[in-house]
Amino acid sequence: MDYKDYYKTLGVDRKATQDEIKRAYRKLARKFHPDVSKESDAEQKFKDVGEAYEVLKDPEKRVAYDQLGSNWNTQQGSRPPPGWDAGFEFQGAPRGGAGQHDFSDFFESLFGQARGPGGGNRGFHMQGEDHHAKILVDLEDSYHGVSRSISLQMPEVTADGHVVRRNRTLKVSIPKGIRQGQQIRLGGQGAKGQGSGKAGDLYLEIEFNPHRYYRVEGADVYLELPVAPWEAALGASVKVPTPSGAIGLKIPANSKAGKKLRLKGRGIPAKTPGDLYVVLQVVLPPADDEKSRELYKRMQEEIQFDPRASMEVA
Amino acid sequence: MGVDRSGDKILVGQVLEENDLVTLADLCRSCTVETKTVTTLVAEGILDPMGGDVEHWRFTVGSLKRVKTVIHLQRDLGINLAGAALALDLLDRIAELERH
Repeated sequence: MDYKDYYKTLGVDRKATQDEIKRAYRKLARKFHPDVSKESDAEQKFKDVGEAYEVLKDPEKRVAYDQLGSNWNTQQGSRPPPGWDAGFEFQGAPRGGAGQHDFSDFFESLFGQARGPGGGNRGFHMQGEDHHAKILVDLEDSYHGVSRSISLQMPEVTADGHVVRRNRTLKVSIPKGIRQGQQIRLGGQGAKGQGSGKAGDLYLEIEFNPHRYYRVEGADVYLELPVAPWEAALGASVKVPTPSGAIGLKIPANSKAGKKLRLKGRGIPAKTPGDLYVVLQVVLPPADDEKSRELYKRMQEEIQFDPRASMEVA
Repeated sequence: MGVDRSGDKILVGQVLEENDLVTLADLCRSCTVETKTVTTLVAEGILDPMGGDVEHWRFTVGSLKRVKTVIHLQRDLGINLAGAALALDLLDRIAELERH
């Protein structure tokens, strides 16, 4: 078991005042709150910060911890020295916050086990809480349906009131036609109930991974398709990727940049299937050699074209 | 429930639309909160139920997550309900911006 430097966790000096500790904690708690933070290990950091504050905010615990720090011998012991806490009495369970009641082994060896909510409530029956998690799927998965393994960490209250974290892996079927914003409810996969209470449900919120070509709005899918000026002007048949495989697409003559071509029913295959919109993006060939410059010059001389005609600046 | 090639169980859930509706009792049970908490959230404008009076209130499935986020923010960050509501609105806006 490693020594935990709670001062370092909060980024404060060992001589910090109680106010400074509180300020540092508040700041970090906002930064790493799992409902707010985008950082991947936010939950762990939030917990570390909470544990550090639990000790340092309490002057008695802090003094005890400081004393231990000077005696902690990494070579000799992975346990606090016997009798280290003589003269201190720690009472009451820490405040139950999000995951704040499953502290590290280090914490528990010092201050005893934190008790979870409902600990020791024998003969008490309550259905378990529902849990929510986000699941990222590829747009293509929605066209075919897929099964996905997901790993979840769930706090669990044991019979004697301790909270343990348990890793669970579930295989979940992602049905064809799933859309961003929908949820999949898995009955009985949430928190365990207390007493004879039923387990809660697990809600998986669907989110699509960002895609290189496609953008999704509801059940409709958008594709920006680069085309050459002559393809847009003269019309062309081109190969176009779609989430369900490449198709041939006819570009009508005289198409303008930004023109939307609708492929009905080729969006997400939901109950009401979405459409696929191909948005034309005219890409100019570079004028980086004599020949292309020559051709641009010929167009300039032979085509009457003022792209700013509507701006009345002539 | 199905089984895949490796013999693992595959869970098949129920697909819910974002605007599918749940009752007040469902909401309270799902979030393990009391009716009073929900009434306060409605009064604060954090939840916007359909149906006129309390008995006929219906909440969207999306409300479940909102209730939890508000409660977590209040409990963990020591902010009041109005502050949590503001944070929630801002989180919604960030999510909206990130979609585009």
